[in-house]
Amino acid sequence: MGNEEMNQKTKHMLQAPNVNSHQKAAVAKGVKAIGKKKDEEEGLDTAEGEEWMQGKTLVKPPDQLDLTEAELNEEITRVLKASNPNAPQNVVRYSFKEGCYKPIVFVDQMAIHFELEGNLVHKESDEGRRLMAKQAEVDDGGGVERPDNVAIKAAKREQKLTNQFNFNERASQTLNNTPRDISCQTEPPPRANFSATANQWEIYDFYVEELQRREKSKEKHEGQFLNKEEDKSKKKMIQAETQNDDISQLAKVVKIIERMVNQNIFDDVAQDFMYFEDASDEFRGEKGTLLPLWTFQYDKAKSLSVTALCWNHKYNDLFAVGLGSHEFTQQGGGMLLFYTLKNPSYPEFIFNTASGVMCLDIHEHLSYLVAVGLYDGCVAVYNLKKKTDQPIYNSRASSGKHTSAVMQVKWQKDDLDSNHNFISVSADGRLVSWTLVKHELVFTEIIKLPVIDTIPDDLKDVIPTVGTSLDFHKQKDYSFLVGTEHGKIHKGSKYYSSKFLEKYDAHFMNVTRVKWNPFHPDVFISCGWDWMVKIWDQTMKSPVFTFELKTSVTDVAWAPYSSTVFAAVTTDGKVHVFDLNINKYEALCQQKVVSKKTKLFNIEFNPVHPIIIVGDDRGHVTSLKLSPNLRKKPKEKKGQDLPKGPEVEIAKMEQLLSSMR
Amino acid sequence: MAETADGKKDEADYKRLHSFPLIRHTDMPEEMRVETMELCVTACEKFATNNESAAKMIKESMDKKFGSSWHVVIGEGFGFEITHEVKNLLYMFFGGGLAVCVWKCS
Repeated sequence: MGNEEMNQKTKHMLQAPNVNSHQKAAVAKGVKAIGKKKDEEEGLDTAEGEEWMQGKTLVKPPDQLDLTEAELNEEITRVLKASNPNAPQNVVRYSFKEGCYKPIVFVDQMAIHFELEGNLVHKESDEGRRLMAKQAEVDDGGGVERPDNVAIKAAKREQKLTNQFNFNERASQTLNNTPRDISCQTEPPPRANFSATANQWEIYDFYVEELQRREKSKEKHEGQFLNKEEDKSKKKMIQAETQNDDISQLAKVVKIIERMVNQNIFDDVAQDFMYFEDASDEFRGEKGTLLPLWTFQYDKAKSLSVTALCWNHKYNDLFAVGLGSHEFTQQGGGMLLFYTLKNPSYPEFIFNTASGVMCLDIHEHLSYLVAVGLYDGCVAVYNLKKKTDQPIYNSRASSGKHTSAVMQVKWQKDDLDSNHNFISVSADGRLVSWTLVKHELVFTEIIKLPVIDTIPDDLKDVIPTVGTSLDFHKQKDYSFLVGTEHGKIHKGSKYYSSKFLEKYDAHFMNVTRVKWNPFHPDVFISCGWDWMVKIWDQTMKSPVFTFELKTSVTDVAWAPYSSTVFAAVTTDGKVHVFDLNINKYEALCQQKVVSKKTKLFNIEFNPVHPIIIVGDDRGHVTSLKLSPNLRKKPKEKKGQDLPKGPEVEIAKMEQLLSSMR
Repeated sequence: MAETADGKKDEADYKRLHSFPLIRHTDMPEEMRVETMELCVTACEKFATNNESAAKMIKESMDKKFGSSWHVVIGEGFGFEITHEVKNLLYMFFGGGLAVCVWKCS
C-alpha cells in the first residue's frame, strides 16, 4: 500500500517539467514563505527581544553580503526551472546489449522532499467493509448479539482466509492424459485332429514291425563294411538306407536318374565307346586316330590345372583327378575329384585340399584308399568310404614332412605288420616311406637323392636335388627309378638306403615321367622337357630308342595290353601314340586333342577299356578312344603269355640298334 | 497240444519282448517327448492294475509341468478321435498290450 501511494506521488511529480509555472508559483511561494519566515523570525526575535528594541541595532549575520543601496535595489531576474539542480546532467550507463557505455538521455529530475505513507481505506472496498463490520461489532458488544456474533464469526471463518496485502485467486489443475481404450486378443494355439484305434492286435503288429526294423538296422551296420566294396560301382552309401530320412533315400533314386539322364544325353558317345571301331583305319595303313569321347570338367576347378590322373583298379570306370597348379607363383587351393564314365557331367567325389594336389595314387587292392601329395609338402590319405571331406591321415602335423612339393606317391605292399604304406618323392630330394599306423602317418626316410656335381660343397646340404618322378618295378617291387629335375634318372633299391645302384644321364632338362614297362623286366621309358622320349634297357647306359616330339613332353604311359605300345602328351596339346612293334621311328598317331594354347599334362591308359584320358591345364579331362590300329596285339603267339612276345621283339630291337651303332 | 503250448509260450514271449515303451505317433519336441514317455512308463508301472490312477497321475504331472489342460487315456482296446494342440500329442504302447494317449487341449 505504501508503495502504491508513493508511486502515485511520483506519478504526479514526474509531470513536473510540464507544469513549470505551477512549480514556479510553488517555489515562489516557498521563497516568499521563507522570506516570511525570516520576517517572522525577525518578528519573533523582535517580539521576544522587545527589550532589545531599545538598543536596536540590526543584527547582521556574519556572512551576509555587504551590498550597496543601488545593488540592493537592483532587480535580479531569477529563472526557475523544473529541473533538479542536484540531478546529474550526464549519466552514462554500460549497455550489455551493445557492450559499451551509453549516455542516458533522460535523467531522473525528481527530488523527493517529503514522504508520508497514509492509511486511508476506501469505504466501499472489501477491506473498508470489513473494518466497518468489525467496528460495528466492537460498538455493539454485549451478549445480545452473541449468536449473531457466532454466526458472523462462523461466516467469517467460512470465508477464505486470504492474505490482506497480496492475494490473487487462481485455480490450477494438473493435466490429465486422455483415457484411451485398447483391447487385444491373441490367436489361440493351433490345434489338430488325431484319431487312432488301440487294439491288442494293432499293438502287437506295431511291436513286431519295430523289432524287425531294429534287426534290419543292426544287420546293416555290421554288414556295411563288407558290402561296401560291392556297391562301390553304384557309389551309394549304405548308411543312407539305414536312416529313416526321406531325403537320403531319395538320393539313391536321384543318383540313378542322374545316370540315366546323362546316358541319354551322351548316348552317342556311349555307343561310340562301346562299339565304334573306326573302319577307315584299314585305309590308313599303320596310322591310327583318337576318337574324342567324354570331356570331364568341374565348375569350381576352372582355375586349376590337372596335375595327376589315376584309374581305379577295381572299378574300371572310376578315375581320380588331382587338381592344382604347376606354376610356382600361382598357388591356391587344390582339389581331388573322382569321375566315373557313367556320369560325365559331375564328379562322384569331391575333396578340397588346402594346397594344390601334385600327385595321387590309388591303392591296388583297397581301392578306397587314395594317397595324395600336395604342393606344400604334405601327404594325405583319403578314404572314399567315409563320408567326410577330410583326409583320414594327414602329414601336416607330423615331423618329417616334406619341405617342398611332393611330386609322386606310390602305394606299396602292406608291411610286416599289415599296415598300409606308401612312398613319396618330393622336390626336397628325399624319398620317404609313410606308414599308416592307427591314427597317424609314421615316416621313414628311405634315401636322399644325390646332389649334383656342379653345386659347390658348402651348398650341398642346402640345395636339394628335385625328384620329379618315381616308379616301382612291377615284379621286383624293391627296385625303383627316380627322375630328377636335372635330367638324371637314378635306379635304387629299397634295401640300400645310402646309395643308388645306377645313374642314367637321360635328359638335358627336367625328367617329367619315368615308368617301367609293365611286361618286360628291364625296359623303362622316360620323358622330359627337352622334347625327348627315351626307352631304356636298365642294363645299358644309353637309351635304346629316342624320339623327339618338337615340344616339351609332360607325360608318358605304357599301354596295359601291349609291351610295345605307349603314348605321350606334349605341351602343344598333342597326344602321340607309338607302337614299336609296328614302327620304330614314328608315331602311329599324333593328334591334337585340345584347343589352342591348352597344355596337356597327364595321360593314363584305362586298364581294361581301349581308352585313354588326358588332363590339361584348364582343369578338363578328355577321354579318347584308341582306334583299332593303335591297339594291335602282336599276332604271333596270341594264346601265349604276352610278355614273351614283346621281349623277344625288344631283344631283337636292341640287337638291331647295337648293331647299328 | 504241443502247438498250443508253443502258442502260449509265444504269447508270453511277445508280452515280454514287446514290453518296451514304443511311441506310435507323436508331434512333441524331443525333450518333451522323452520326459512324457518316462512319466507314462513310471505311472503305468506304479499303477499296473489301475488305469484310472495311472491316468490321473500322468494328467496331474503334465498339467503342472506343461500347463493346463491335459487329457490322458490308458487302455487295451479303444478307438478315438481327438482335437489336440499342435506339438502336444503323444500316443504310445507299453507293456505288451497297453496303449496310452496323452494330449493337450483347453
